[in-house]
Amino acid sequence: MIGELSYLIFFLIFVSIFAIAVLGLNLQWGFTGQFNAGVVGFFAVGAYAMAILTGPTQPRLPDQAFQVSGIGLPFALGLLGAIGVSAAIAYVIGLVTVRLRHDYLAITTFGIAIVIHLVTINFESLTAGTLGFVGIPRPLASTFATPFAHNVAYLAMMFAITGAVFWGLERIVRSPWGRVLKAVREDDVAAIAVGKNADRYRLEAFVIGCALMGLAGALYAAYIGSISPFDFLPIMTFQIWTMMIVGGSGNNRGALLGALVVWGLWTSSGALVSQVVPAKFQAQGGAIQVILIGLVLVGTLLFRPRGLIGEEPKVSRYVD
Amino acid sequence: MFGQALADGILTGAILSLGAIGITLCLTILRFANFAHSELMTWGAYFAFTFTSLGLMGSPLGPLTFGWGFLLATLIAGALTACLALVVDRTVFRRLRNKNATRLTLIFASFGVALVLRHVVVLIFGPQVEYYSRELQMAVLLLPGVRVMPDQFFVLGLTVALVVLLQLFLTHTRLGLAMRATAESPMLAQVSGIEVTHVIAWTWVVAGLLAAAGGVFFGLTVQMRPEMGFNLLLAVFAASIIGGSGSLFGAVLGGLIVGLSENLATLVVPTSYKQAVPFLLLVVILYFRPQGLIAAKT
Repeated sequence: MIGELSYLIFFLIFVSIFAIAVLGLNLQWGFTGQFNAGVVGFFAVGAYAMAILTGPTQPRLPDQAFQVSGIGLPFALGLLGAIGVSAAIAYVIGLVTVRLRHDYLAITTFGIAIVIHLVTINFESLTAGTLGFVGIPRPLASTFATPFAHNVAYLAMMFAITGAVFWGLERIVRSPWGRVLKAVREDDVAAIAVGKNADRYRLEAFVIGCALMGLAGALYAAYIGSISPFDFLPIMTFQIWTMMIVGGSGNNRGALLGALVVWGLWTSSGALVSQVVPAKFQAQGGAIQVILIGLVLVGTLLFRPRGLIGEEPKVSRYVD
Repeated sequence: MFGQALADGILTGAILSLGAIGITLCLTILRFANFAHSELMTWGAYFAFTFTSLGLMGSPLGPLTFGWGFLLATLIAGALTACLALVVDRTVFRRLRNKNATRLTLIFASFGVALVLRHVVVLIFGPQVEYYSRELQMAVLLLPGVRVMPDQFFVLGLTVALVVLLQLFLTHTRLGLAMRATAESPMLAQVSGIEVTHVIAWTWVVAGLLAAAGGVFFGLTVQMRPEMGFNLLLAVFAASIIGGSGSLFGAVLGGLIVGLSENLATLVVPTSYKQAVPFLLLVVILYFRPQGLIAAKT
């Protein structure tokens, strides 16, 4: 019983970490119509920012001139730092990409994730390279000594943070600012014609969305306690997308539901595959899991394009 | 060093061109960025591998590692890849087109398709690296310091031949003309009596054939693995966009630019960052010319 309960808590912690990233993506795609194919890149930036800012000194390899780690900031500053770093990177990238056509934006953001991945692998003085960054302090772990208590406390914190992000986004997408985002999404020429600076709104939504992905990454790093470049592979971008599409893009509640449903599907299919497929064919087993998520993505687009919940037609509570 | 990087760059560029042409066709005629295109390259390579591992390799022709059998396997692989492209279009992209889905929905769907195609390769062939032939090949000293494999020469020649053939097809046949007309304006093409669905089907066939050729050539001169196409995707996209996503020779030029800069860059930056080069090139070019280097004629 306690086993199942602790698994459920572990599962929900992951759901709420992903939910934050899905909410960020939803602001970019669901509300503004911006394609971000590099979600995992910003997630990794946040995770590494957390690791570098709060983590202990990493072993220095013989050929390294310096090693940045060992700053040892507290968790809260790590979170703020992670948000700040991913927002700053998104801002610089956004300055270039905000004018681009949709498919070019998709390709460019896809490339950004690849470059970030290369940096995490190769820039060892900053990221500890393929060995991985270990010993990231886990907040609440010293107060709540047993793993179970720690998980419960972390889940409570995750609910609070995810809830706050959800509440904040619900507020801003229903504000005049949020309505301009939708106007830009539907017809940017019309939005410009009524005096809205479409590029500025796109850039703002892009930066906020990426900052949330960074926040999710930071919370992931602080929960697991160690990260490596191979934790942040392109498949994570697809998972987060599928969560948004399945839940219903343009709806924040859909983003939460999508995270729950798709992560549930992913973990349960993983459990099933590991039961059925012999250990020798582990790679093939993993492939089955990915094929499943690809089919869910394509199937949703074909048969239920609005997702489980879909967008609400109303943009303001003052409209009937 | 420089000469070798130049030679390697031209070869890489030729293979990228074959992929970039397909991406360009997709962008202009089907009007969406197909992220699953490079998976067709992977499938082409593995289709040919299926036949070569069944013994269809032929006795080596001269200094090459393969014989007529391999060329036949490549041809069959091309046909099968074209069929695969058509099947994917029927099951996914055509349905979405009929529902008037936006091009972004099509991009999303192409990501999903790419995931499925890539991992079916893992499922069937396993994750390990494969080669068509394990025979060692002696490199030919072309110039002092520049070594090229006979296979690479062959690949380059065949690529040039394929591009010339395609150009003749596009300019001298009714179907080629119809494809160019559809690229320009699907509506006008339709009122002029062009069957657009027909054109779309042939676009997939051409894109599939060239992708398969590119995939087989990559497998022949480098190696095969299920992620080979995925790893080429960014470079192929960069080639297509740098070339202006509108013209055949633009795509070829883009392929060469990307191939050369990737290989020449290794002279100054660590090889481990090689994959970032096409991306940086792409960003710089898009920043100054959002329509690509050679904008399509209007």
